[in-house]
Amino acid sequence: MGLRVVVRGAAGRVGSATEERPLSTTRLVLLGGLALGAFGLAGCGQSPPREALQGAVPTTEPAWPEDDKSAFPVPPPPFSSPDIFPCSGCHDKTLPPDPKRRVLTMAHDDIVLKHDERHRWCLDCHDTQNRDMLHLASGELVDFKESYRLCGQCHGDKYRDWRAGVHGRRTGMWNGEKQYLLCVNCHYSHDPHFKPLKPLPPPTAPRSGS
Amino acid sequence: MSTDVSRRELLACVVGGCVAASTTGCTDFLHTEFGRKNFRDMTKEEIAEVVKDLEKDLSAKYGKPVTVGAEEPIPGVDFGYALDISRCIGCRRCVYACVKENNQSRDPQLHWIRVLEMDKERGIDFDDANPYYDAETVPRPGHFYLPVACQQCRDAPCVKTCPTGATWQEKDGIVLIDQDWCIGCRCCMAACPYGARHFNWTEPTIPAEEMNPKTHVLGNRPRPRGVVEKCTFCVQRVRNGRYPACVEICPVGARKFGDMRDPKSEIRYILENKRVFVLKSELNTRPRFYYFYGL
Repeated sequence: MGLRVVVRGAAGRVGSATEERPLSTTRLVLLGGLALGAFGLAGCGQSPPREALQGAVPTTEPAWPEDDKSAFPVPPPPFSSPDIFPCSGCHDKTLPPDPKRRVLTMAHDDIVLKHDERHRWCLDCHDTQNRDMLHLASGELVDFKESYRLCGQCHGDKYRDWRAGVHGRRTGMWNGEKQYLLCVNCHYSHDPHFKPLKPLPPPTAPRSGS
Repeated sequence: MSTDVSRRELLACVVGGCVAASTTGCTDFLHTEFGRKNFRDMTKEEIAEVVKDLEKDLSAKYGKPVTVGAEEPIPGVDFGYALDISRCIGCRRCVYACVKENNQSRDPQLHWIRVLEMDKERGIDFDDANPYYDAETVPRPGHFYLPVACQQCRDAPCVKTCPTGATWQEKDGIVLIDQDWCIGCRCCMAACPYGARHFNWTEPTIPAEEMNPKTHVLGNRPRPRGVVEKCTFCVQRVRNGRYPACVEICPVGARKFGDMRDPKSEIRYILENKRVFVLKSELNTRPRFYYFYGL
C-alpha cells in the first residue's frame, strides 16, 4: 500500500487488550438507547453503524447557548504535521475502513494510546465513515476545530470550567475579546497528561552577611 | 495636603536655587523627580506634564520611544486575582514574564513573584517553603507550588505604615507606589506579611533592548536606586483591558484575573464555585489575591 503517515513522536500499540469483551454490536446498539452505551462500544472494537445510533438517541443537541461556536475562538488543531490533514488524503476509497480493533502496523504505529486505552481505541473518537471528522457518543459528527465537545463528553466538569474560562489558559482582554485554546493544544489527545516542564532558573539567593 | 505641597514647592525652590546655580532655575527643578508633587495631589495638567517629562527622559536613556501612561481606574471595576494551586507546576514562567513586562532590574536581580515549593505532606507551611528549588522538570513528586506576589490587600499594612503617603490603594483595588515620593525607609517592607515589596539597594539595570517601552507612571516605568517596588497587577495592561502578563504566560492556565463586580467574569465564577482561600487570613489584611483548588 505504501502508506506512510507519521503522526507523532511516541510509538504506538493500540488496542492490545482487544478481544477481552466479545459484546456483539447488536446487543450494544440496544444498550445504545442510552447515550452512555456508546462508551461500551469502545471495548468491542467495532464502530457502530451511525444510522443505528442516530435512531436510538436524539440527534439534535439540547439548547446550550454557551455552545455558540463563535463564543470560543480557538486556534487551529495542532496536527503533528501540516500535510497529515485531511485524513481522507490517505483514507480514501482505496483504503476501506477496517473497524476491527487491532494493533496498527501499516501506519500511525507511532501513537501510544494512554487515554483509557483498555476501553477505547481510534474509532471511538475518529469517525469511520467520514475520516476527516470526529464523532460524539451520539454519532454526531464533530469537526477537529470543535474537538472540545468530544472531550467534554467524559470530562464534563473540565468542559464546564473551560467554557467559563477557568480551566486552561486564556489570553486577550479581561473585559473583552479572549482567545481560548483547544483541549488538545495542551493535552495531547492520545496521551493527555500534562507534560512536565523544565523550570526557569531559581532566584539568586541573597549574599551571606560576612 | 495643601500645606504639604506648598512646603515641598518652597523647599524645591530653595534647594533648587542653591544647588542648581548653573542653568537650572526654580521652574526647571519642579520638573525633576525631586520637585514633583505627590501624584495624588497633581492636577490632570500637572500629570500630563510629568508624563511628558518622563517620556523625554526615558526615551533618551533607553534610546527608543518610551510611552508613559497615566490611565486612571476604570469606574466601577474591582479587580480580583485567583491562582489555582492544584494546577501550578512551579515552572517560573510567570516570574520572568513579570520581570520583562515590568522592567525589573536584571542586575541586581529583582523578582516581584516568588514561587514557593512546598511539601504535600506538610501543606502550606511558609517556614518550610523553598523558593530556590531547581530540577530537570517540575512538578517534583511530592511537592506543590505556591507563587506569591503582592496580594493587593484591601486593608494593606504597607499603605498604613508609609510615612510619606507614597503608596495607596486605588479605586480599582490596586495598591500603587509613587516612586518619586518613596524615601526608601522600607517600613512597608517590614509591614508586608507576604514579602511582596522589594527594594532597589543599588542602581537597577535593564538592557535597553529588553526594556518594555510601554509603561505607566505609577507602574512599570524603570525605578531608581533607593525606592521600593512591587506587583501592580500590570496596571499598564489591566487598565487597558488586557490580562496581566503572568496570566497570559502561565502554561497551565492556573492564573485568573478579572472584575469581581462583573457576574460573568472568570474571577466571579471561581469565587462562587471553587474552594477559595487567602494567605494568612488571620491577619485580616483581606487580600484581593485568592488561591483556589480547581480540581
